[in-house]
Amino acid sequence: MFDLTGMSALVTGASGGIGSAVARALAAQGARLAISGSNVEKLEAFRAELGDDHVALPCNLSDGAAVDALVPQAVEALGQLDILVNNAGVTRDNLAMRMKDEEWDQVIRVNLEAAFRLCRAAAKPMMKARFGRIISITSVVGATGNPGQANYAASKAGLVGMSKALAQELASRGITVNCVAPGFIRSAMTDVLPDAQKEALTARIPAGKLGEGDDIGAAVVYLASREATYVTGQTLHVNGGMAMI
Amino acid sequence: MSETADRVKKIVVEHLGVEAEKVTEDASFIDDLGADSLDIVELVMAFEEEFGVEIPDDAAEKISTVKDAISFIDANKG
Repeated sequence: MFDLTGMSALVTGASGGIGSAVARALAAQGARLAISGSNVEKLEAFRAELGDDHVALPCNLSDGAAVDALVPQAVEALGQLDILVNNAGVTRDNLAMRMKDEEWDQVIRVNLEAAFRLCRAAAKPMMKARFGRIISITSVVGATGNPGQANYAASKAGLVGMSKALAQELASRGITVNCVAPGFIRSAMTDVLPDAQKEALTARIPAGKLGEGDDIGAAVVYLASREATYVTGQTLHVNGGMAMI
Repeated sequence: MSETADRVKKIVVEHLGVEAEKVTEDASFIDDLGADSLDIVELVMAFEEEFGVEIPDDAAEKISTVKDAISFIDANKG
């Protein structure tokens, strides 16, 4: 089950906490990867760790032309593209009343617009192959909202709506389009939080602990697999029960 | 029938799974051959590949019959 041997995947934001866990999980199931990210050094080091079967494709996702070139680059490097994981995301938190235009624009451009551009480009080779898996990493915040994150919540909810539209357009061609919505996942960002704050955070989670990157990787592997062929337009919430939607 | 027409017809037959006799030059992809909008996108992609032409979106929107496709390709192929 869930064997990805012979499949090729593009993962954006692959050098980050969740992104690297997703990339490792896909590679462990046999997929060949094109990993993308903006930090070239980190990305190359991660590629070296994954092995020579995989390629690193640095990309600045706020540059539309660079984003449009990314899928063709991945197809060129891997020979095909079966799986696209839109994982890259940024935050520019601020109360809405204080939010600058740039803070709004930057988050929407990287989290939502870049994902759309990649989906648009990936649909072409996937349609030809009559097979494809598009998985976007959204967030519990896209469903529940979060003060200080009007831009981020909008971008993540936007991914869900976009994926449902795409799922309907592409279902007849063997392409599924889904989202994975992580709750609180342990990362370098959460590790530095004071203990009191961590306790307050986990008190809201029925599972009683933060999630791990591997929990997200496993969800992505499932949706990427051939076995998930009848699942499309869905959002898989991986949040320890903190929001049941 | 021109060579272009033969190749276009072959692609249409293969892609839409229709009988060759139905693919006349006046046949409309959507009304006569049962294509949907996604089929049109795919046909355009297949024509681009087969003939090495680029069919821009505004031109693709005007291709509604088999003859439209043949004319565009004949006028634009290298």
